[in-house]
Amino acid sequence: FFQYCLSGHPTLPCNVLKFKSTTIMLDCGLDMTSTLNFLPLPLVQSPRLSKLPSWVLKDGSTFLDKELKECSGHVFVDSVPEFCLPETELLDLSTVDVILISNYHCMMALPYITEYTGFTGTVYATEPTVQIGRLLMEELVNSIERVPKAQSASMWKNKEVQRLLPAPLKDAVEVSMWRKCYTMPEVNSALSKIQLVGYSQKIELFGAVQVTPLSSGYALGSSNWIIQSHYEKVSYVSGSSLLTTHPQPMDQASLKNSDVLILTGLTQIPTANPDGMVGEFCSNLAMTVRNGGNVLVPCYPSGVIYDLLECLYQYIDSAGLSNVPFYFISPVANSSLEFSQIFAEWLCHNKQTKVYLPEPPFPHAELIQTNKLKHYPSIHGDFSNDFKQPCVVFTGHPSLRFGDVVHFMELWGKSSLNTVIFTEPDFSYLDALAPYQPLAMKCVYCPIDTRLNFIQVSKLLKEVQPLHVVCPEQYTQPPPTQSHRTDLMIDCQPPAMSYRRAEVLTLPYKRRYEKIEITPDLADSLVPLEIKPGISLATVSAVLHTKDNKHVLQLPPKPPQPPASKKRKRVSDDVPECKSLKPLLSGSIPVDQFVQTLEKHGFSDVKVEDTAKGHIVLLQEAETLIQLEEDSTHIICDNDEPLRVKLRDLVLKFLQKF
Amino acid sequence: VSGVFCWGAGAGQDVGRSCILVSIAGKNVMLDCGMHMGYNDDRRFPDFSYITQNGRLTDFLDCVIISHFHLDHCGALPYFSEMVGYDGPIYMTHPTKAICPILLEDYRKITVDKKGETNFFTSQMIKDCMKKVVAVHLHQTVQVDEELEIKAYYAGHVLGAAMFQIKVGCESVVYTGDYNMTPDRHLGAAWIDKCRPDLLITESTYATTIRDSKRCRERDFLKKVHETVERGGKVLIPVFALGRAQELCILLETFWERMNLKAPIYFSTGLTEKANHYYKLFITWTNQKIRKTFVQRNMFEFKHIKAFDRAFADNPGPMVVFATPGMLHAGQSLQIFRKWAGNEKNMVIMPGYCVQGTVGHKILSGQRKLEMEGRQILEVKMQVEYMSFSAHADAKGIMQLIRQAEPRNVLLVHGEAKKMEFLKQKIEQEFHVSCYMPANGETTTILTNPCIPVDISLGLLKRETAIGPLPDAKKPKLMHGTLLMKDNSFRLVSPEQALKELGLAEHQLRFTCRVHIQDPRKEHETVLRVYNHLKGILKDYSVQHLPDGSITVESILIQATAHSEDQGTKVLLVSWTYQDEELGSYLTSLLKKGLPQSTP
Repeated sequence: FFQYCLSGHPTLPCNVLKFKSTTIMLDCGLDMTSTLNFLPLPLVQSPRLSKLPSWVLKDGSTFLDKELKECSGHVFVDSVPEFCLPETELLDLSTVDVILISNYHCMMALPYITEYTGFTGTVYATEPTVQIGRLLMEELVNSIERVPKAQSASMWKNKEVQRLLPAPLKDAVEVSMWRKCYTMPEVNSALSKIQLVGYSQKIELFGAVQVTPLSSGYALGSSNWIIQSHYEKVSYVSGSSLLTTHPQPMDQASLKNSDVLILTGLTQIPTANPDGMVGEFCSNLAMTVRNGGNVLVPCYPSGVIYDLLECLYQYIDSAGLSNVPFYFISPVANSSLEFSQIFAEWLCHNKQTKVYLPEPPFPHAELIQTNKLKHYPSIHGDFSNDFKQPCVVFTGHPSLRFGDVVHFMELWGKSSLNTVIFTEPDFSYLDALAPYQPLAMKCVYCPIDTRLNFIQVSKLLKEVQPLHVVCPEQYTQPPPTQSHRTDLMIDCQPPAMSYRRAEVLTLPYKRRYEKIEITPDLADSLVPLEIKPGISLATVSAVLHTKDNKHVLQLPPKPPQPPASKKRKRVSDDVPECKSLKPLLSGSIPVDQFVQTLEKHGFSDVKVEDTAKGHIVLLQEAETLIQLEEDSTHIICDNDEPLRVKLRDLVLKFLQKF
Repeated sequence: VSGVFCWGAGAGQDVGRSCILVSIAGKNVMLDCGMHMGYNDDRRFPDFSYITQNGRLTDFLDCVIISHFHLDHCGALPYFSEMVGYDGPIYMTHPTKAICPILLEDYRKITVDKKGETNFFTSQMIKDCMKKVVAVHLHQTVQVDEELEIKAYYAGHVLGAAMFQIKVGCESVVYTGDYNMTPDRHLGAAWIDKCRPDLLITESTYATTIRDSKRCRERDFLKKVHETVERGGKVLIPVFALGRAQELCILLETFWERMNLKAPIYFSTGLTEKANHYYKLFITWTNQKIRKTFVQRNMFEFKHIKAFDRAFADNPGPMVVFATPGMLHAGQSLQIFRKWAGNEKNMVIMPGYCVQGTVGHKILSGQRKLEMEGRQILEVKMQVEYMSFSAHADAKGIMQLIRQAEPRNVLLVHGEAKKMEFLKQKIEQEFHVSCYMPANGETTTILTNPCIPVDISLGLLKRETAIGPLPDAKKPKLMHGTLLMKDNSFRLVSPEQALKELGLAEHQLRFTCRVHIQDPRKEHETVLRVYNHLKGILKDYSVQHLPDGSITVESILIQATAHSEDQGTKVLLVSWTYQDEELGSYLTSLLKKGLPQSTP
């Protein structure tokens, strides 16, 4: 049992598990932090960005001047942004049988895997995961494709050149593996390989392994996975939350009795309390708007935004913001808002109850109806007519490198009245802002990450008691910036096994049993014998049928009756066909009783001699000798088959068959 | 030997009230709890005395499963849980859980408030009953207790309808409820995997009908509506608020749009808008086309269909009205029917099945003079049309489902005796499985013969799978092992391991036979001849000539010595253990026959 670790990002995991005879990929997260090294893609020509100076090497060489630009002391690649893919060389990905997706954020690398590696298997995910994952991909593709950039920089990736670059470019890993965004046809093809599953659905893989998604409480349709056979159980915990937000609560009980628990996707901001952050978000938003400024919220089109809208729904009237327009701009804004209302079964209890009334589960339906929230596919078109300031804009992408957010950063960055509020935890806000510096606009950092923190993890582990814990190496030590915080790491016994990118881990357990079925007629034919109090045994000679990794034992077929007509047989016809297996024997033979039995069966000339280890029984007339010892019997005789068989059967009477 | 016992409290050979009790491996499950729409007395609810004679319902039943929200499947639920008394779990899908209480309340209002009946369940009882409901996802395996698990499959038919698999160990039953094997305008087709249940309990409402294509029926329907409206007549379509109504609305809406028709279409009762809302919120339960396009255009937002007001019925000119309930047994549809029945220009289209005793059933069977309340006689002059739109599986569909699930036995319920008999024969002929059709209150026993699961040591399994020629993996392999039975655990291990675990030593039984052969040659030449002889015959065995002059055949040892008295006779000592008994015995008899005269 092996685990191949293809991603080094703890919240965007990609692992491959070899379990029994199956190869299972757990998530395929796409590390998008690589895009922070690129210049933003402006929707409208940006004089500021196009005037940025080229970066020149220390020795004055200018061959990189087309590829690298400098902004406020940081160097950026002037090119279509690229993403850091999961490792594709560690194992042959065409051998992957299935991919299990835990939530929509962890499937963004799917097209790279399914379309470029010869993958022919099946992907399993819940319906909300697929639908919202599709929206995220659509938004990503759309925001990159609508700004065609002629330039694709590659010279800087040369190992010799990269060495000479300033940080963080110098330290960027696997730059040769960075890839441009996929296309919509690739997304569609990848998504067509997904099979929809529901929580607690048991899915059989090749009869050998059963996988089951469980509610993880983090996002609509988000799941943890149980991978088990009859004798071993691996729990894959990825992106779970114990907070009560909109999704169905986390199913913890089903994680119990795991041999191995793989733990990924913990909170990226272990020191921030999500509730407090939401409060700060609201108050900063209100303050800015009251002062006549605009608020920009860089966000994903699904997830936390639903919770933020719900908070604002309760907050705006009391804060006197009823007349401030809220805009949600994304090519998938409408779809995301609509989809959120149709997944009743995947929502928390309160929201489910609303659907039974029947009312839309999320109050943003009402915000839209009352015109307080408006959504647009992009800044072009209707939006430019309706646009009123001061306002609040929710738009992507949180990296600030592409999407409509770039436009608002350029538009509002110069005024200190405006505020940008970062709520998504995936990108460092300082890095995200770097290509916009110097900036007059206020920046507020309210990361909302509802995933498990270390206190919740240690409680969870105590509760479900796995034999072994496996996690990314980042979780086994305090965060690099807070090395004294030993509470910000996983603490369990035995210590967690950690992994890093491109590593192969051997999972610690050994199974000793397998399930097999005995047919009723075979069971009827068995003769159990009580060998010790409470323990019975029966010897089983049966035919093993194996199909789809399922084993069944059946009665062996009766030997065919010899043909009635006695034709001349060739010698070789008699050769025993297959070695019919004889049981093992156990027990010992008391010499006196044995002799008595012999005499009862007509042997009159029995003579017994003692030896060092036992006895020798002699049948003088038959020239036969039987050595009896504690654990062995040896019959030495002439080639008189009836005699030998008779003696054999008499000996067997004293022995126990196994 | 164990079995599945199946007892129908209501479904039997009758359409109109589903309630089945299934006992499987000691677990008792009640499937549906429906009421009969054709009765107004005690007969409308199933007779639970058969179950209560065994004590409290809660103690006796492990769970109750409701397949869908139609009252003939869930109408008796509050009576059952609150009046007879049941506190255990009740399982149904989310849409059913949402819609079921509304229909129950609606029905309660008609019965108690309008007809003034007493001894009926109250609003509070409906609420208390629904608190016992656990909602299930499609394909989710719900562990009712440690042994009993249930799983829901999509059934089409109406929003949220499900088929259920009930499983205990290796034994299982599938109950279909009502289902539809062809997708319609708003729902998808029923689907189940090859789960091979011991018993499939299927509805058989349309047991003998093989309906013409859906498209034909739709065209027919539109033509009739269109013609009537064209000649200035009024069309009444009695429906239940949820289900067929939405499908027909979609159909008329698109037709009106295409033909640019102006005659108004109304939908009666306040339920309409609410009903459509359920479809919008549970859109994942509708068919693929609607699901795919719902963001752009929600099929359940109608442009041409408006809410009905009681006063509209007297308006002059053509109109189309959808009114509830569907069998013309009460409520608004019956009121409108009474108003319009006298005019031959008008038309009533019955789009679904009508239970015996209802006005709908009477007019469909040709009755044109109806006795109404107060001895009043209503003469029906309007045209009466029947169109089977109700989404039940027809004979073809039922056969298709059997093909999908591959059950070992089939039990037909929810149909009429004669039609069921026909289908039963067809099933038995085509699938060679037993098919049952019990009457109400009759118990059917089906013997199952489950396999016994056993833990086998991996060592033994691997060893046995490795034996034998590898390429032919399909050829069955012989296995020998020891089954250890302790408490309730069964473990199959190798004989060696069994001995070891029990702390016993193996007892070796060995045979050595002296075989005399006439051969004047030297010993080693005799040995060589024996070797060549055996090698020639035992082609599949490993025959070896060892340096020390002995021969082995597998693990059997053959040594030659000269006879002490007769140099022309050689003695072959053939030695084997009990485990090689067959081969050893064979070798001695082979060698006894002597060696062939000339060695090749």
